[in-house]
Amino acid sequence: MDWTALSLSLQLALLTTLLLLPAAVLVARPLAWTVFPGKGLVDALVVLPLLLPPTVLGFYLLGVFAPQGVLGSAWLALTGRSLVFSFDGLLAASLLVNIPFAVQPVQRAFEAIPREAREAAWCCGLSNWQTLWRVELPLAWPGLASAMVLTFVHTLGEFGVVLMVGGNLDGATRTLSIAIYDRVQAFDDSGAARMSLLLVLIAFAAVASLHFFTRKVGRRGN
Amino acid sequence: MGGALEVELRQQTPIPLDCAFDCAPGELLALVGPSGSGKTTVLRCIAGLHSATEGSIRCGGANWFGTGVSLPPQQRRVGFVFQNYSLLPHLSAFDNVMMALGDVSPASRAETARHWLARVHLDGLDGRRPAQLSGGQQQRVALARALARAAGGPAALAGGVLLMDEPFSAVDQVTRRKLRAELARLRQELAIPIVLVTHDLDEARQLADRMVVLHRGKALQTGSPEDVLLRPCSPAVARLVGLTNLFQGTLIEGDGKTCLEWAGCRLTIADFPSGAAGWAPGEQVNWVIPPEGVLLHRPDHPSRGEAENPVTGTIIEALRMGSFTQLTLSIPGEAQPLAFQASSHTIQRNKLGPGQTASVTLLAERIHLMPKE
Repeated sequence: MDWTALSLSLQLALLTTLLLLPAAVLVARPLAWTVFPGKGLVDALVVLPLLLPPTVLGFYLLGVFAPQGVLGSAWLALTGRSLVFSFDGLLAASLLVNIPFAVQPVQRAFEAIPREAREAAWCCGLSNWQTLWRVELPLAWPGLASAMVLTFVHTLGEFGVVLMVGGNLDGATRTLSIAIYDRVQAFDDSGAARMSLLLVLIAFAAVASLHFFTRKVGRRGN
Repeated sequence: MGGALEVELRQQTPIPLDCAFDCAPGELLALVGPSGSGKTTVLRCIAGLHSATEGSIRCGGANWFGTGVSLPPQQRRVGFVFQNYSLLPHLSAFDNVMMALGDVSPASRAETARHWLARVHLDGLDGRRPAQLSGGQQQRVALARALARAAGGPAALAGGVLLMDEPFSAVDQVTRRKLRAELARLRQELAIPIVLVTHDLDEARQLADRMVVLHRGKALQTGSPEDVLLRPCSPAVARLVGLTNLFQGTLIEGDGKTCLEWAGCRLTIADFPSGAAGWAPGEQVNWVIPPEGVLLHRPDHPSRGEAENPVTGTIIEALRMGSFTQLTLSIPGEAQPLAFQASSHTIQRNKLGPGQTASVTLLAERIHLMPKE
């Protein structure tokens, strides 16, 4: 078992989820409730990472993350660190790749909140901020929970983009899924099997707990 | 602290509005009209959920809308009972009411919430979520929440305005009757303007002090329910309030007073409504009579001129509806039929049916004149 890779994977998944979820709420809320020219285009852009082959995505990211690339040079100037073959780059790629997994469930959840629920809150004197915290987020909770679990589990298992952008550096960019690939290449089948089983168990536990919690919320709501 | 609500709204889109009305503290004003007439939009304008193109909304002297001002809903003291109640499903009845008490001091908030829940007879059900309540109970929570917002603490039964959008349309008839009676009782103690949107004329008649008839966003008539329902100011209002006995006639001079000539009959008029019309002989007018103003003569005692405004016609339809029978009479010289009711017992005993001749009295005091459309 490659414990460093496991720890790296968990860190990456946790950070991606924590950073992406608030951003998803910010993006999904206006997408759910407002109609603006080009909304279809934005919707399509949000889904795009889901449909592109990870290698294609990785290839383009490598271009913009490179020290002479748009994002890479800016990041280098800002922090003095590189975006390729580093944990920073891995996290940035992970955030982009997971946009559909975070935004879509949250958007669906906000769409399901009746307009009258918000209007009732406003008529009760709740500010927009209070309405978000006390009405919208509790009602959208099942969608937020799905977004959380999907993003977390998907990040744990991401392979192609991670390999393209991060490479395979021990302790910096070698995630669990890459370590598994590594083990198989080295004919260490039992090592690969142990790590694979662990990923299966984590994914299963995450999805099962999601069902458990959202069902509980569903009971509460109905 | 309490004050009247004054509303004046004009817009072309999304639906046209052109109306003005006011509502005094303690008064219940009903906005009636067919669906699409703009009733709900008017209510949403008052609440601040929609902005009309121009106009003004003032409550208790405070400017809510107009002259460049448009306060958000949060800054208007509005208790809104939505048509589908819009209770928050994740909160208990108690918390739904608590939500509206942000302005009340935290120390007395819980007590105030309990007070309003008790006022709508929901004590003991505070902890239930909307899904665990019946439709009628949900309606009461919505009312308690709106009252908590509009009227504030128990000591101050004044301040804002209570708006209700078809509040009884989603409950069964028995519950509806009960809730209406409770609202009638409750409102006696409320010193705030109450605006009720309804398409149910009975509801308006039972609950409202005054009603506004809206049609395509225009306020056609404002007045007491009795005035509007029995003395509509125009044929359009008569049609909207369901008066079907709407005819045209000519005023004539007869026996030294003005009478109404219609379908070859000379009808006595008891009352000439004041207003723009001069009611001079020779003038063409519209007139209306409610079904209750038409009395069937006993066939075995034909009238010999002594009855008031006698009219004879042929029965087109006799529709039995329980203890009453709905009769439609064709009058010679008039294209439109005359509708009225008689007790089913009388119809049966006299074997009255389609094709037979019947004579009726048109009560002079129930004949209502309107300027010709």
